[in-house]
Amino acid sequence: MSVDTSAAFAPLTGPVSGDVSEETALSLYRTMSTARKFEKRAYDLFLQNLVKGTTHLGIGQEAVAAGVAAAMRPDDYSFITYRGHNHLVARGTPLAPLMAELLGRDNGLMHGKGGSMHLIDAERGILGSYAIIGAQLVIANGAAWSAQYRGTEQVTVCFFGDGATNIGAFHEALNFAVIWNLPVVFVCENNLYMEYTRIDSVTAVQNPAADRASAYNLDSVVIDGNDPDEVYLTASAAIARARAGGGPALIEAVTYRHGGHSRADPAKYRDPGEVRAWMEKDPMITYRERLIGRGFDPAELDAVDAEIVTEIDAATEEAKGGAWPDLSRLYTNVWSDGGHAWRTEPRADQAAQQKEGLAP
Amino acid sequence: MTVLTYRKAVAHGIAQEMRRDERVVFLGEDVAAAGGVFKTTAGLLEEFGPLRVRDTPISEQAILGAAMGAAMTGLRPIAEIMYSDFFAVCWDLVANEISKSRYMSDGQVSFPLVIQCGNGAGLRFGAQHSQSIENWAMAIPGLKVVAPATARDVVGLMAAAVRDNDPVIFFNHKALYSSKEEIPDLDGEIVEELGRAVVRREGEDATIVALAAMVPKALEAAERLHAERGLDCAVIDVRSLVPLDTPTILGHASRTGRLFTVEENPRLCGWGAEIVSLATEECWDALTGAPVRITTPHIPLPSADALEDLAIPSVERIVTTIGAAMGA
Repeated sequence: MSVDTSAAFAPLTGPVSGDVSEETALSLYRTMSTARKFEKRAYDLFLQNLVKGTTHLGIGQEAVAAGVAAAMRPDDYSFITYRGHNHLVARGTPLAPLMAELLGRDNGLMHGKGGSMHLIDAERGILGSYAIIGAQLVIANGAAWSAQYRGTEQVTVCFFGDGATNIGAFHEALNFAVIWNLPVVFVCENNLYMEYTRIDSVTAVQNPAADRASAYNLDSVVIDGNDPDEVYLTASAAIARARAGGGPALIEAVTYRHGGHSRADPAKYRDPGEVRAWMEKDPMITYRERLIGRGFDPAELDAVDAEIVTEIDAATEEAKGGAWPDLSRLYTNVWSDGGHAWRTEPRADQAAQQKEGLAP
Repeated sequence: MTVLTYRKAVAHGIAQEMRRDERVVFLGEDVAAAGGVFKTTAGLLEEFGPLRVRDTPISEQAILGAAMGAAMTGLRPIAEIMYSDFFAVCWDLVANEISKSRYMSDGQVSFPLVIQCGNGAGLRFGAQHSQSIENWAMAIPGLKVVAPATARDVVGLMAAAVRDNDPVIFFNHKALYSSKEEIPDLDGEIVEELGRAVVRREGEDATIVALAAMVPKALEAAERLHAERGLDCAVIDVRSLVPLDTPTILGHASRTGRLFTVEENPRLCGWGAEIVSLATEECWDALTGAPVRITTPHIPLPSADALEDLAIPSVERIVTTIGAAMGA
């Protein structure tokens, strides 16, 4: 890694210019705080065995989601990873259906069919959380191609982790995006670990995404992924250029996840000094300090936080109050006719089950 | 009266749909400037231009990813995977992403796309360019699976596939490319329906169920069984494995009492096993003898003429197997 993971964090250089307005700054703070508090709540609910399956939390990485989302147009597309709660929060997905989905309830975003790893909110342009690492890069190209063909000036933003840079789809996607000059911005959330293993221990280049981008003639930059202003300004520039037909870009945002890969992972493989140093660079702490330095009243920020807690409390109660999915949902939406039939008349066993009231 | 080769029918079917709907776009390796390695897409670039008919790098994941992303945002892409064997290098897109995302999102997104490919053996290409992989596809919930046997069906089923709002894997058969068919209504719009089998030959003694390149072989075998052994066999061209036309298949199996399937793919877990299973479960009482599968052995395909010919069900093997089973 060219990124120094010691306490003396070297500042990353990038084409950051311009100012972040007070309004945007407060909005970034609000988004990060909402994502942080939402995920902490999800963690608590997991410990209570209310959140099912597994969760991959992005606590510590909120600045990337907040900064990029703030730079997007409402009709832009985003493709995200299985560590995607914060990206939905950042693009305005209502918290109650999001939480209800984690709880496997019928009032969930996908009525309990997706769960934490497969969140999708098509209405807000979030076209999937991909749980097979790196798949979304090639798919994002398709959405970008479609927007280009339809002439809508929509930009597609594709998030992926550092671990995805070693799979074939990453390389196919970068080349493809450049040769078709697609309006797509690839954003690598480099949190230094691919699942349980340090990315630099298994990767031949220092910056896993950005160093490879040049091989495909793709413009790239490494930025401080814990600085929402830097993320916002860099993403704004890349998105504006893509929207104007200037083609794809890649942003490698270096950040750190505070917890393990998933709920099953205590992350004991990390050096305590490294963890401590990154905790000091927690974007919630550093950005709050920056805002106060800019003249924001701490009481105003506290009020924002309090509002968010109230909102999450309400969302949690609404989610917990949801019914379990109607069992008929098991059979719906395999096909666009809403059903699941693979043959032109019902099976004998299905007919028998229907008679017994076991199948719809 | 127009005679069309199966090869030309591929481009004809795609062009028919591209003329009708500008959301239909086409991408793949060597499909535009070169007109396809089998010349199955000749003329498309000239008619529809490089924005709609696009050459890609040899990047199968990128091809199917682009098709998926385009389909979920308003286009109706047709993507070509040159040889069906190459599905193995982009199987994540097929098996995990395209097929499952409608269900996982509970219907928030649709995938109106077609993936067409050259499938099947008979051209001495060896084990990595000759496979019949329709079984791989039909095992995955969320994919529709089509395999035409005639030039007219290539056109009509392609139309049905493009107009369908679900992902369709469209298996053209390489060994059929040079086959010809007279198509009286070629000037008009030809549209078939997914999930409808066609009875290519009526018969009272037994039912032969076949797909793609096995259809003409089954028909020839049926004629020989009639001439040489006095057996009158119905031949059903399945055309679409998902959805599957069970009324036609099980109806004929019930009426004739005997069922034979002829499939080109390896024996283990072939689609014929599914059809035999359906028949034994659902029309057991009407069967007068055990259903029999005629398949390729469970082997990778060899290249040499004599070996490949031995592996794939031949007219001779169909005649002999059915004749022996029927005691004729």
